[in-house]
Amino acid sequence: MQTEVVKGNEEAVPGNGLDRENYINAKHGIWSWLLTTDHKRIAILYLVSITLMFFMGGAFAAGVRLELMTPKGDLVDSDAYNKLFTMHGIVMVFFFLIPSIPAVLGNFLLPIMIGAKDLAFPKINLLSWYFYIVGVAVFLVACLFGGVETGWTFYTPYSTAFSHTNVILAALGIFIAGFSSILTGLNFIVTIHKMRAPGLTWFRLPLFVWAHYATSLIQILGTPVVAVTILMVAVERLLKLGLFDPALGGDPILFQHLFWFYSHPAVYIMILPGMGVMSELITAFTRKRVFGYEFIAISSLAIAVVGFLVWGHHMFVSGQSTYAGMVFSALSFLVAIPSAVKVFNWSATLYKGSVSWESPMMYAIGFIGLFTIGGLTGLFLAAMGLDIHMHDTYFVVAHFHYIMVGGAIFAYLGGIHFWWPKITGRLYPEYWARVAAVLVFAGFNLTFFPQFVVGYLGMPRRYHAYPEEFQVLNVLSTAGASLLGIAYLIPMVYLTWSLFAGKKAPANPWGAKGLEWTIQSPPTTFNFDHQPVVTEEAYAYAEGHDTSHDAAPPAAPVRA
Amino acid sequence: MSSSTHHPAYVHHFENLSEQKEAATFGMWVFIAQEVLFFGGLFAAYAIYRNLHPEAFYFGSHHLNIPLGAANTAVLIFSSLTMALAVHAAALGKRQQIVGWLLATVFLGSVFLGVKVVEYKEKFDHHLVPGASFQAGQLGMAEHIADPVLRGKAERASQIYFSLYFSMTGLHALHMIIGVPLILWIAARAWLGQFGPEYHSPVEIIGLYWHFVDIIWIFLFPLLYLIPKPH
Ligand code: HEM
Ligand SMILES: [Cu+2]
Repeated sequence: MQTEVVKGNEEAVPGNGLDRENYINAKHGIWSWLLTTDHKRIAILYLVSITLMFFMGGAFAAGVRLELMTPKGDLVDSDAYNKLFTMHGIVMVFFFLIPSIPAVLGNFLLPIMIGAKDLAFPKINLLSWYFYIVGVAVFLVACLFGGVETGWTFYTPYSTAFSHTNVILAALGIFIAGFSSILTGLNFIVTIHKMRAPGLTWFRLPLFVWAHYATSLIQILGTPVVAVTILMVAVERLLKLGLFDPALGGDPILFQHLFWFYSHPAVYIMILPGMGVMSELITAFTRKRVFGYEFIAISSLAIAVVGFLVWGHHMFVSGQSTYAGMVFSALSFLVAIPSAVKVFNWSATLYKGSVSWESPMMYAIGFIGLFTIGGLTGLFLAAMGLDIHMHDTYFVVAHFHYIMVGGAIFAYLGGIHFWWPKITGRLYPEYWARVAAVLVFAGFNLTFFPQFVVGYLGMPRRYHAYPEEFQVLNVLSTAGASLLGIAYLIPMVYLTWSLFAGKKAPANPWGAKGLEWTIQSPPTTFNFDHQPVVTEEAYAYAEGHDTSHDAAPPAAPVRA
Repeated sequence: MSSSTHHPAYVHHFENLSEQKEAATFGMWVFIAQEVLFFGGLFAAYAIYRNLHPEAFYFGSHHLNIPLGAANTAVLIFSSLTMALAVHAAALGKRQQIVGWLLATVFLGSVFLGVKVVEYKEKFDHHLVPGASFQAGQLGMAEHIADPVLRGKAERASQIYFSLYFSMTGLHALHMIIGVPLILWIAARAWLGQFGPEYHSPVEIIGLYWHFVDIIWIFLFPLLYLIPKPH
């Protein structure tokens, strides 16, 4: 079936598009990138920019961990320490994790997975990247002027009446980047509704697409609320209107309600796309149809909906009424159900599958374990009585890092590796990828597991000094962080190396199912030469049969 | 290939022109959903603070200019009508009528904004703009609330009422200020004959936007201007 392999090219790999026309060589020059409307090129723009932000956030984290090696506040003073963790949080949440999977993998893959030539609104897609970049720039200016130290949560009245740092600029940066998130969500929703290929019914969609649909709903319905809230903080700070000042009749707790109304759902903006990646990885490396497709699909929507009703679990000790606390606690238990449905279904998919351990799968298996720990400890925290003890301790810090780093970033890295051959047309060195995956896993656990313990023992978060008996656990954590930092650099090196010297990738190196694997790697600008028609359900693997050696899909015809 | 893929407005990444039109309209609805939540944050703050400070809201509300606000409401409703007529004309492909009704909409929108400027200036002159120059004494609570503690509380909180008044109506006005040039742009395209029965999505979409901005005002007017005396 391998048609029309380019003649006279000894290295020709079936389905590899590097020597043909593809989205990368279709146009040249910096402006062809900065003004592109191709969803794949915009994904690359995001990939580069969020990677830079990731390392910036990492540098702040290194500062935090170095300070915490010793019980005394000897490396930086408390003000500097407050700035370090605040800017770490802001960069990682708003400028890295929220855009990460949707804006990079989602942008690149979503149109291809549904058999479309592009997103519905390509120019708005480009605009969203510019919103992101301007948001980053404004935030960087805030950093240059000395940064901000309110915590990523900007709690009032500290942020409005007391802080002497660049609250307004930092908030403005987040506000602007928020529109990038909204526009991406808008684009995805319209694209999924209106541009699916013939035959691609809702229940034939890859679960990656379902997850992004649910994420987009949250982006559309949550982000504007935090935007207007941030605006109120800025205005209040400038004009002292009393909006959050009890002396003038304002209510600082209102800020927390509005903030968490977005920011709890926002944690699902960060994890749902990762769950989407997981479903793709697990099926590809077990060569099985996913167990309980419909349940996984619907559980994404359930998470998006119920996730909007649990924000009060961040406010058990903020003076919220006990009855409100009880309702929020019960609803928080409820939201864990759809998450658990996914975990059980992935595990059930592994059962009797022909599991193989390529590097993306290593990240996927890591995700299942770490996300489970993160989610279960979320339930501890959602139990009101326990939370009185654990609120604002390192236990909370460990909880959300298990989900955001152990879950979301593992999924992101797994996804980047899985689709790297598709995105770049090159294979990366699998040996090094496995080494890095093991090191990331080890470094991660060494960093964050001790934080559960030290938090449970009572170490509060957000202080630069702590009692001496906590030192051993903190040193362990800092050691783990160093390992983790190095482990993150390894993929940077070999992935960059592979761009120039990696083996050429075929169209479907993993033998996986999905429309993206039927086109050349890297794809052409409009993805498909002919409108694809979908005739089967997602993940229609012939069970127990290794498809990786089946006939490669037809290569795209050579262009002049 | 159907003939709709040869229309000059057709963009190649859609299957055909009707898919393109549906996507554009749907996109506007999603955008409006986003807008509802954006205003929603302010409406939530309004609800909480009116509940906490009923007197402050009552007295603040009575220093708004109800006749001007009511007239403006009529102007906006009328502008929604002219907008609807523009969309209707677009569906019939009547070029001059589209332009005429769109310009009428722009005119009414500008009247609204002009009246708003007059109202804002009034507040400015009466020292009712929140900030350093705000004077709650202007609200005349002294004659009505005898208890000095309660009065002080209401006077301090009245600044919150006016903050919400300015941010809600200001955000609304900002949406109109963005809308007016957009309508002019669509009118220019209509003048160039770009819309007809087969394709007039931009007119429909700007219409949706305008109606949305209108509806927001329909909520703002009673909430801000027509607050009854609390008991
Ligand atoms: C299984 C569902 C989950 C439950 C029941 C849950 C529960 C909780 C609770 C009760 C808290 C507040 C603890 C406190 O401050 O005392 C909390 C904090 C937090 N959670 Fe979760 N969580 C869940 C999932 C997630 C996910 C998926 C993420 C991120 C992707 C996440 C990120 C966070 C963050 C960032 C905080 C700390 C916020 C801060 O105060 O800075 N959680 N969680
Ligand atoms: Cu939460």
